[in-house]
Amino acid sequence: MATENKTAELTELEQFRKDHGLALTDEQPLTTLNLGPTHPATHGIFQNILQMDGEKIVDAVPTIGYIHRAFEKIAERRPFYQITPLTDRMNYCSSPINNMGYHMTVEKLLGITVPKRAQYIRVIMMELARISDHLICNSILGVDSGAFTGFLYVMQEREHIYDIYEEVCGARLTTNMGRIGGMERDLSPKALHLIDEFLKRFPKVWAEFEKMLTRNRIFVDRTTDVGAISAERALSYGFTGPNLRATGVDYDVRVMNPYSSYEDFEFEIPVGSKGDTYDRFLVRNEEVWQSLKIIEQAYKNLPEGSFHADAPHYYLPPKKDVYTSMEALIYHFKIVMGEADIPVGEVYHSVEGGNGELGFYLISDGGRTPYRLHFRRPCFIYYQAYTEMIKGGQLADAILTLSSLNVIAGELDA
Amino acid sequence: MELTNENVLGKIISQFGEDNIWDAFSPDGIMTITTNRETIHDLIQYLRDDKELQISFLTTMCGIHYPGQGDKEMCMMYQLHSLRHNYRIRIKVFMPASDPVMPTMTDLYATANWMEREAFDFYGFKFLGHPNLTRILNIEEMEYHPMLKQYPLEDQTREDKIDTYFGR
Repeated sequence: MATENKTAELTELEQFRKDHGLALTDEQPLTTLNLGPTHPATHGIFQNILQMDGEKIVDAVPTIGYIHRAFEKIAERRPFYQITPLTDRMNYCSSPINNMGYHMTVEKLLGITVPKRAQYIRVIMMELARISDHLICNSILGVDSGAFTGFLYVMQEREHIYDIYEEVCGARLTTNMGRIGGMERDLSPKALHLIDEFLKRFPKVWAEFEKMLTRNRIFVDRTTDVGAISAERALSYGFTGPNLRATGVDYDVRVMNPYSSYEDFEFEIPVGSKGDTYDRFLVRNEEVWQSLKIIEQAYKNLPEGSFHADAPHYYLPPKKDVYTSMEALIYHFKIVMGEADIPVGEVYHSVEGGNGELGFYLISDGGRTPYRLHFRRPCFIYYQAYTEMIKGGQLADAILTLSSLNVIAGELDA
Repeated sequence: MELTNENVLGKIISQFGEDNIWDAFSPDGIMTITTNRETIHDLIQYLRDDKELQISFLTTMCGIHYPGQGDKEMCMMYQLHSLRHNYRIRIKVFMPASDPVMPTMTDLYATANWMEREAFDFYGFKFLGHPNLTRILNIEEMEYHPMLKQYPLEDQTREDKIDTYFGR
C-alpha cells in the first residue's frame, strides 16, 4: 500500500532532491513503502519503512528486534556450559564459530590451554562453518539478482557440511559443538572420510559457481557500485569481517589476534577496493578458497594427542568412568549441576565470525553463572549503516545490498 | 611507537591528570581504566585523534549493573581498538543508579548510535545529545529496563519451580 506523504522538512528534502537530480516536491510527492518485516527478499525479519521518490530511496527507518530473545539476560541465569546453545542461535548460518568463540572465552577465564589436536579440529569446524556461511550469502545474492540455479547447486554442498557437523557433534543447524576445554569427542573415521571427500569435491563446485556469476554481465552490472561504503565510514560504523575487507581494510581477527592455532596456517586476506556489493561478493568468494586452504592444511597436519584439555574440574569425564569411579562421579555431578569453581575475572575474546569480529565480554564474580556476558554481534553493529548505504539508490538495489551484507536476524537481535 | 599498557596510561594521565583517570589494571591483558563522565567524551576523542595512539575503532560498549554499590551502581564499559597498533583498551565510567546520564559518542563514532540505544533499552542509560534515544530491541511500551539485576529472568512467584538447593 502506497500512501502520499507531504513531509514538513522541505528544505532538507529539497537539498536531497537537488543532490540526486530528482524531481521537485510539487511535481511528485513522496511515497511511503513498507519493506518487511516478513518478505521473501529480506531473508530474515527486518522492517524498513522507506520514503520513495519514484524508484529512488530518499530515506529509510529500520526497525529491528523482532526475534529478540534476551540472550544476555538468560546468560546471567545459566551455568557456563548451558550458554553454548544460546550462542548457536545467534548466527545460525555458522553456529560452530559462535560455539568455539564462547568456549575459548571461558577457557581464557579459566586459564585452560587446549591441546593442539583439539585446536586443529576446531579450526576445521570453524572454517567449514565459514564456508557454509559465505556460500549462503553469495548464492542468495544470486537469487536476488535473478539467478536461482547456483543457489540450489551449492545448497547441496551445505548439506554435506551439515553431514560433517552431524558426524562430529550429532546436530546439524544449532550444533552446540565442543565443550569448554576441547571437543566432546574425537573426529571419527567417518568424519575424517567426509571431510576428505568434501575437500575433493567442493573446489569443482565452487569454481563452477564462481564461473556462473563472477564474470556474468548481468550480475556485474546489477552489483557494481550498488550499496557502496567508503573505508572511513565503514570503520566509523564499526564494520568488521568481509564487509570491512571489501572496502580495502585488511582487518582479520584470525591474523591480528590469532586464536586456536591460526598462526600455524598459511592463508591470505582478500580485500576489495570500492566496498560495493560486487566487492563484497568477490571477497566472500575468495575467502571460501582461503578457508578450503586452511582446512586442507589442518586436515593434513592434524596432530596426534588428546581432543580435550586435562581439566577434570571443568571438562565432563567419560560416561563409563562416571559409573565406576567415585572421583569422576563427583566431577560429573558438580559440572552438570553448574557448581564448578569459576574464578573471578573479566575477559574479552573475539573470533572472526562469518560476518566479522564476534566478541564475548564476560565478567565473572565467581558464581555459578556469568555476572555479565555481552556479545559483540557484528550484524547488529553494521546493520545501522544500511540506511546510509541504500539512500539515493533504487529499491531493487536495496534488496541486493541487504543480501550482500549478510545480515542474520538471529545475530542482529540476539 | 609501540603501544604498551604503561606508555598509553602515561600519555592518558599526562593529558587528563590523575584526578580523572584511576583504577588502571589489566584483567585479561586489556588495560582497563576508570574515568568520570566529564572526561569520557574528551578521552575517547583524544584516543581517536592522537597521531601516536590512533585508537580509532570502537569495538563495543555495554552497560553493567552492580546493585547496592551506591555511586558505583551503574557502569558503562567502552572497548576501543587501535587497528594500526593492534592495541585494545577498555574504559569504564561508574555512576549512581539515580542519575545514569552519559554524554553521547555518536558525534565521534557512527556505530555508537545503536550501541547507546541498546544500553538505554537494557539499562536505562540516558545519552545526552543522542539523535534518537529510543528502545531498539524491546517493545516501546515496556516500562522497565530488563537487564537491571532487580528483574529476575523468571516469574519468582511461581511455586512449581522452587529449587532452593541450587539458588534458583
